[in-house]
Amino acid sequence: MAYFYGNSMLSSPYFPLAVLFVAALGFGLAPLGLAWAWARLVSPAKPNAIKNAIYECGLESKGDAWVQFRSAYYLYAIIFLVFDVEAVFLLPFAVAFTGLGVGACLAMLVFVLLLIEGLAWAWAKGILTWA
Amino acid sequence: MSIWLFLLFSILKVAVVTAIFLGGVAYTVLLERKVVGRIQNRWGPSRVGPFGLWQPMVDGLKLFLKEDFIPAGVYRPLYLTAPLIALGCSLLSIAVVPFGSQDITVHGVKVFELADLNIGLLVLLGVTSMSIYGIALAGWSSNNKYSLLGSLRSSAQMISYELALGLSLVGVVLRTGSFSLADIVKAQSAHGALSWNILGGGQIIAFLIYITAAYAETNRAPFDLPEAETELVAGYHTEYSSMKFAMFFMAEYGNMITVSCVATLLFFGGWNSPFGHLFPEPQNIVIQALLALFWFIIKVFFFLFLYIWVRGTLPRFRYDQLMGFGWRYLLPIAMLNIVGTSLVLSALMANS
Amino acid sequence: MHLILFIIFAGFCLAGAINLLLQTHPINSALSLIVVMSSLAVLYLLLGAEFLAIAQIIVYAGAVMVLFTFVVMLLNVGEEEKTHGSKAAKIIGFPAIVAAFSVLTTVILAIQNKLGGVKLSDGVTPMTELSTVLFRDMLLPFELTSVLILVAILGAVALARKEGHR
Repeated sequence: MAYFYGNSMLSSPYFPLAVLFVAALGFGLAPLGLAWAWARLVSPAKPNAIKNAIYECGLESKGDAWVQFRSAYYLYAIIFLVFDVEAVFLLPFAVAFTGLGVGACLAMLVFVLLLIEGLAWAWAKGILTWA
Repeated sequence: MSIWLFLLFSILKVAVVTAIFLGGVAYTVLLERKVVGRIQNRWGPSRVGPFGLWQPMVDGLKLFLKEDFIPAGVYRPLYLTAPLIALGCSLLSIAVVPFGSQDITVHGVKVFELADLNIGLLVLLGVTSMSIYGIALAGWSSNNKYSLLGSLRSSAQMISYELALGLSLVGVVLRTGSFSLADIVKAQSAHGALSWNILGGGQIIAFLIYITAAYAETNRAPFDLPEAETELVAGYHTEYSSMKFAMFFMAEYGNMITVSCVATLLFFGGWNSPFGHLFPEPQNIVIQALLALFWFIIKVFFFLFLYIWVRGTLPRFRYDQLMGFGWRYLLPIAMLNIVGTSLVLSALMANS
Repeated sequence: MHLILFIIFAGFCLAGAINLLLQTHPINSALSLIVVMSSLAVLYLLLGAEFLAIAQIIVYAGAVMVLFTFVVMLLNVGEEEKTHGSKAAKIIGFPAIVAAFSVLTTVILAIQNKLGGVKLSDGVTPMTELSTVLFRDMLLPFELTSVLILVAILGAVALARKEGHR
């Protein structure tokens, strides 16, 4: 049996992660299901228009909430993406730091300083100020 | 070792950790209410059971029995998925946290850790980056302007501080040369508190950045703008009731616990005693294990207390201040910390 | 076991991609894309590329898709309207796709033994090896990447400035 399933896969460190993933899903779904069953079987459902209305501080909500919001959020998302890529490059450097020579360290220094410069420039241009 | 035994152990470990984690979540809520109560010169919950100890159970029951209705006009599939994503990410991130020494094994299975990954720290970052979706989708699918605004604020805040969070960890990794959390703790075990990353490792700046960014990442005071009651009703979970609300609530407190665990592991030596080898180590392996667990829990408790203390003390940021602080101060300082740490470390290596 | 997992996650990947095309609401499409990205990460993991897998999660599923979700949330893009599409697309489209795929397959099959292969395995490439390659042998491309990222920052700032003037 063990041969058939491949022993190595189950003893892989990722296996408990998979088990936990299933457990997390189950833990999320079980109370939801139970609460739903309770609501279905025991408590009477008395929906009405006012109860089911969207709560916006007691004012009647006008139209959908799906309206256009300010685009500043989007710009932050773009800058986030750029720096996230940078962080991903920094990680393998950090982990191998002790084994790498001076050349690699200098390269990384140039890399980080370039990006700090970019950030400083964006700051100077007033992009990082939430208006 | 038999494969079925391993399977059994894994499931058992997952069950135990999940149970303890959720119990921890319930009692962190009580702790918070008690401590904030005392900070504000009142008692906090004290009626249900001795010292209000049954309060979390009763609260849970109440939330469970509440009417579970779905408001009209929400986008149902996502409205129902969002709390699942939030709680799932919160639970998943505890998987890579080691609670005690790696040397203690039963039949070759490590007792105090669910998954011993080489890239544990990165998995943690990955899960953090995915947990944005729970909040973003909850706000969007609720079809409520306050919810949407709350979730937009929250996601923008989370992505801004996620960068500082990730970069503050790089200094620690530079020193250790590994992403495995167990290895990071081992690297801090030499001389007690003196070799912890926050002191001997010289990572105090990284620690301050980490803890600030983590508070923002978990949407806690003073960065709890997404839930600013005076402005946004309850933020992204305004339209959630009953168990679905409870899931967001549990996710938030679960994230608090994970952040406290990670702060302990990365900067405060994990399960190592602050006294190092001053006192002779107990011979009995069970006592050793319990002692390690004791130190770990004490430190995590300290960080949880800090969370609550900060909440009781500091006023809320304004949104523009919040974004400005993250981008203009935390991020550059985190980068400079990396540069400084690598320079110092190379100088030390060149000397030795 | 690896093969089974590979088939399962490749299936997820394909199902996500097809669902992405079929969904009419952009947010559902965005979520399907997240599923595609995450299953790709698992496939990388099965090939032993731990770092690639987690980078896929952090950058693609965590950052690029957040950008997409933001666009959907901010711009109020509603349900897509179903159109019948142009006739030309239907007539030329399918043969074109078949042709493109056959060309690709032929080329890949022809140079298969030159490509060098990886196997589904438990073996994990240590990250230090990756770093050595990246920071020793590929130093110039790496530095160019930093310039590229800088250009991306400039682009984002230029976009933001334009926004401000309006």
